[in-house]
Amino acid sequence: MSRMAMPDPASAFRQRSRSAVDDSAQRQNFRSAMDYLQAKRRTQFPDEQELVGLRDLGEAIRRYSLANLPRLLEQLEQNLTANGIRVHWAESADAANAIALGIAHRVEARRIVKGKSMVSEEIGFNHAMQAAGIEALESDMGEYIVQLAGETPSHIIMPAIHKTRQAIAALFVEKIPGVEYTEDVDALIQIGRRVLRRKFAEADIGLSGVNFAVAETGTLCLVENEGNGRMCTTVPRVHIAVTGIEKVVEKLEHVPPLFSLLTRSATGQAVTTYLNLISHPRQPGEKDGPEEVHLILIDNGRSQAYADAQLRTTLQCIRCGACMNHCPVYARIGGHAYGTTYPGPIGAIVSPHMLGLAATYPLAFASTLCHACVEVCPVRIPITDLLIRLRNEAQAQPGTVNASLRGSGAARTALVSAIWSAWALIYSRLGLYRLTSWFMSRGRALSPIEQGAWTRSRTPLTPAPRRLRDLLKDRRP
Amino acid sequence: MSARERILERLRAAPSLPEVLPDVAGWFAAHRRNEDLAQRAARLRSGLEGYHAEVHDTTDADWPEVLLHIVAAKGLRTLLIGTDTPHGATLEARALDTPQLVPYDRSIESWRDRLFDAIDASLTLARSAIAETGSLILWPDAREPRLMSLVPPVHFVLLDAATIHADFHSAMVAENWQAGLPTNALLISGPSKTADIQQTLAYGAHGPRELIVLLRHGPGGMA
Repeated sequence: MSRMAMPDPASAFRQRSRSAVDDSAQRQNFRSAMDYLQAKRRTQFPDEQELVGLRDLGEAIRRYSLANLPRLLEQLEQNLTANGIRVHWAESADAANAIALGIAHRVEARRIVKGKSMVSEEIGFNHAMQAAGIEALESDMGEYIVQLAGETPSHIIMPAIHKTRQAIAALFVEKIPGVEYTEDVDALIQIGRRVLRRKFAEADIGLSGVNFAVAETGTLCLVENEGNGRMCTTVPRVHIAVTGIEKVVEKLEHVPPLFSLLTRSATGQAVTTYLNLISHPRQPGEKDGPEEVHLILIDNGRSQAYADAQLRTTLQCIRCGACMNHCPVYARIGGHAYGTTYPGPIGAIVSPHMLGLAATYPLAFASTLCHACVEVCPVRIPITDLLIRLRNEAQAQPGTVNASLRGSGAARTALVSAIWSAWALIYSRLGLYRLTSWFMSRGRALSPIEQGAWTRSRTPLTPAPRRLRDLLKDRRP
Repeated sequence: MSARERILERLRAAPSLPEVLPDVAGWFAAHRRNEDLAQRAARLRSGLEGYHAEVHDTTDADWPEVLLHIVAAKGLRTLLIGTDTPHGATLEARALDTPQLVPYDRSIESWRDRLFDAIDASLTLARSAIAETGSLILWPDAREPRLMSLVPPVHFVLLDAATIHADFHSAMVAENWQAGLPTNALLISGPSKTADIQQTLAYGAHGPRELIVLLRHGPGGMA
């Protein structure tokens, strides 16, 4: 969480990006992974009209859900409670971890096994548990690899996307006793399976995220391929689910279109291996499943985005990762350079609400506004509009600072402010404008040859020898 | 004030931006393939096979032979079955030597290690299926618990061909899911898999390595 708490987030981000683009092996990994995921997605949407209609529907469902968010959260709580699932509310990451720790202490848990959950990454769950002496083990293969390496996920769907199988083979030899070096992917997965199978059986608590929470039935929906999510939510005697407050939908029938958009956009699958719908803890007579199920609803800055009509669209996100899979910036710098839990375009627009704009504003500027993310977003989040909005908010002048957006005005510097003030002055006074442009064209020989990043691969910018108004004067009959 | 009240208060204080309830049923009605049962069965099969599952056509009379033939061919020694199920009873009535039938007749706590380490395969019934995406629908219960379709390396699923729905939406509407869901409802589309190592697909990540579907056709023949 404190990874971005540096004095100058812009230069820290530049440094991370620089070392990422200098790592040609990693760039190759990301490039081939992005090509693979883009091609897979394309095969899932052969019918352009169907895609347009389904995206309209997905957007409408998410917008409707957000429009009714407070009511739906209450309905969700009511129905989950009636189903025997306990609901907790957390305003911050720390509060969410404290709730989980409270449960862990009460049931005297020593081991927690985790299904894939970006929200658990967002709140720093593993660190909080380890600090309390409780083991928190990742069981998604990608997350397991990343945790074994002491790293963080570089992609929200494919956490170990930055690692080659050679690196993973070496990692397994180093970290898992009795493992022989193999680059065979099937063999590597079987090693992971063997280690983790024991862990599922031994764990006291299973932790999971939530893809959709259905208010009308009190149901938690989990989407996955591996089966580790089902293990975590079925084998241990306690299941804790963590989720952002925006994940609720009203009706069960809202799930099929969103599920379809999610799997097709994320990994180019018509459907994942499992869709796991959980509505109750173990009932009398049932022979497996957790005795206790808890849901922790987490705000952590989401209500700040919700308070603003435009920024609220950020919360439409279903976390498919298509925006990063198609982002030319993400493909080059990778996920870690962002320095936030959520990288890529979605990371740039959601992180400011979690961590404040002061720590995260450089991400809003790390975009060419090429619109690739907007074109693929299954729920039509206007990502580039939000990036521009966040740029403006970050540069807000005293007096226009947005008090309800944490960090508004944080990127303003005296130099940039002075340049824009001068620009505004010149452009709003005709005489001054004419005088300035006259000096510029006459003094063009004084233009610097070195113009920073611009002249690294381009010829220097020089004012024209004659102004537009001079040229027009000549053309008059 | 509690965290709950503070969060809800912040959300209620935000501008109200009303939206109409989306017409999900209308969209699916307009995009649904108009297929009969035989076509749906064919589509389900091609979807499941695409995900690396096996599908075998059977009848009410011959599904046990088909099952036992595959069990023998794969050298499976133990088969986990439910309790008080007609298909379990059918197998039990045969007094088989192999595979050894193991009923899931006690709670997980009392035999966790054996379930994880000593069971080769399981047999469960599917409630229904979805043609569009090649998905099986399971509602595990006290008779056929949740872990039966997850822990054993090979999972046999008996599916009545007459229960194949066109798509997920029509399945939940036809079966009136919104009236109440069981402890756990599942869509299963193929064996467990992962592509987390360099986008290379590998099966048997944490769940079954093999999913074998016995498609049971009614007396009317290959529905």
